[in-house]
Amino acid sequence: MEILSHLAGGFLVVFDPLNLGLVILGVTVGLFIGAMPGLGSVNGVAILLPMTFLVPPTSAMIFLAAIYYGAMYGGAISSIMLGIPGASTAVATTFDGRPLALKGQADKALIVAAGASFIGGTISIALFTGFAPLLAHVALDFGDPEIFALMLLAFATFVGLSGDDVPKTIFSICIGLVFSAVGLDIMSGEPRLIFMDISGFMHGINFLVLAIGVYGIGEMLWTIEISRGETQMSKATITLPGILAHLLGTLKLWKSWTIGSLLGFFVGILPAAGATPGSLMAYGITKMTAKDPRAFGKGEAAGVAAPESANNAASTGSMLPMLTLGIPGSPTTAILLGGMVIWGLIPGPMLFVEQTEFVWGLIASLYAANLFAFLINIGFVPAFLWMLKMPFTILAPTIFVLSLIGGYAPDENMHDVWLMLIFGVGAYLLRKLDYPMAPAVLAIVLGPIAEPKMRQSLLISGGDITIFFTRPIAGPITVIAIALLLLPLIQLIWRTIRKPA
Amino acid sequence: MRRAELVAAVLMAAFSGYLMWKSAELPFGWVPDEGPGGGAFPFWLSAIMLVCCVWIMVNWYLRKTPPSQSEEPFMDDYARRMFFLVGGGVFGMIGLVHIVGMYGAIALFLLYYVRFLGRHSWRTTIPIAVGAPVAAFFFFDVALRIVLPKGYLEPLFIPLYRIFL
Repeated sequence: MEILSHLAGGFLVVFDPLNLGLVILGVTVGLFIGAMPGLGSVNGVAILLPMTFLVPPTSAMIFLAAIYYGAMYGGAISSIMLGIPGASTAVATTFDGRPLALKGQADKALIVAAGASFIGGTISIALFTGFAPLLAHVALDFGDPEIFALMLLAFATFVGLSGDDVPKTIFSICIGLVFSAVGLDIMSGEPRLIFMDISGFMHGINFLVLAIGVYGIGEMLWTIEISRGETQMSKATITLPGILAHLLGTLKLWKSWTIGSLLGFFVGILPAAGATPGSLMAYGITKMTAKDPRAFGKGEAAGVAAPESANNAASTGSMLPMLTLGIPGSPTTAILLGGMVIWGLIPGPMLFVEQTEFVWGLIASLYAANLFAFLINIGFVPAFLWMLKMPFTILAPTIFVLSLIGGYAPDENMHDVWLMLIFGVGAYLLRKLDYPMAPAVLAIVLGPIAEPKMRQSLLISGGDITIFFTRPIAGPITVIAIALLLLPLIQLIWRTIRKPA
Repeated sequence: MRRAELVAAVLMAAFSGYLMWKSAELPFGWVPDEGPGGGAFPFWLSAIMLVCCVWIMVNWYLRKTPPSQSEEPFMDDYARRMFFLVGGGVFGMIGLVHIVGMYGAIALFLLYYVRFLGRHSWRTTIPIAVGAPVAAFFFFDVALRIVLPKGYLEPLFIPLYRIFL
């Protein structure tokens, strides 16, 4: 009951004309960003975050969350119409969405994608509404050692579960953390890591400089390199009876979207996983449990419904640990978390006590964003198809310009802009060699929180490191984190033992 | 690709070493009853980075990772050309900010990219190259009151400041 009254309060925040307008604007921008190949929610949120300084924090957050949501819907559009995933989160949608479009059923694929996204979104937001206050309540008792242990767990999931090259993943985490340590040492107040004594490093490295460098400049350089040649756009004829028929058809795919929604939500909560693996797993499991798995990959609507419901559910799931524990569940939520810090909100369970309007406004806005993204997606399909024709040679320079301004605006410093260029070029070159970039972005956001938590914990214990193992909640978390860190090593030994046999 | 993998690992190892040396300016040892000193966090993380680089080099030697097996060039002609044209363009744009300010640099960059890299007509190029800086001016300088640098074009903006600010 208490949840419902909070939620009602949240809706009052959302129905404020400014916020409602921002939800609609956000999902529209998100749909566009998601639909454009090479741009996903993380790029949109990183590049547009500096633009939100115009409005109050709650409205800014609602806007950015709406972009996140819209992008999950939008990704399907280019996956189906062009055969190129509009965002990495929509990779699995190409498997069956593209064959459907090639068979002349692009409209069916688009509507099923939108319908499944809406269902996945609705189920996950309901789960979110139920779980978030509970988790936040439990987390209220967490002290510094528990928070640090959770962060260790977040990084450990990258090493143990992401499937990227292990040393490169650890390298990426560490470099993000070291960059976050640049500036003044918070405990002693002494300057540290002032590279070449350039005074610009005294105020530290803003996470946005790295995020925009990686997801603005680096991503564009990458996309320009890989997207050579022309793409073929499919034709779609959208009619009202067709929309209704396909939406009804979507309901019949209940097995796919149930798997997608639940799996997506819980996978989304894990820091390393997020929407991309969530949707791939949902696709895999739906295929495995289907009556005729061989139909998949040739244009099976269930193969569109599963990943699309999963990526929306995962985007909601990844916000759960961000809001309740202060640990982001995806790169996009890492940037949202960094934004909250800029706005003076301390992420974590205290938000549910001290900033109820913010928290419940945001939760209610997810319901609104989900509904509007669905309506705008279905209603304006022709407009998005027209926008997909926008040449990349106009989109790319626009992104570079937005990155330039976005890099400058937070601290109004040209030093940051140069640094952003260096990060962007570095990220592009390292990415070609399979260095994952998401861990570094997560690390630079969490670093300034993790380091003081670790040192305060050690102050409490008088320098005794066992404090992370002996406390009832921190202990198991630390042990799981260490187990995850060692997982690749165990797998390696396991394989070596089994080989001779 | 194989050579690039090794070059990157060596460069990153050198960078890790530099970070360790730089972190060591602050105490990185164990301060009694206090825990780690101010330099400890970055120092040990840089040390882990160094270990990872050595690990990457071992994998390179054993040819265990895809980039260390690949004989393809790290960048083919197309990639290299686009990298220099686009990356160079962005570099030029940021450099120009110091001379003609943010708005001048944006206009020139869009002109360069849309017209010369994108080969769009002047009728497409001009509205974009002029429209973007104008929109940015009203959003940042006027609405957000974030004054973007103007470089040597500052005098041109004084009448605009009088009207809008």
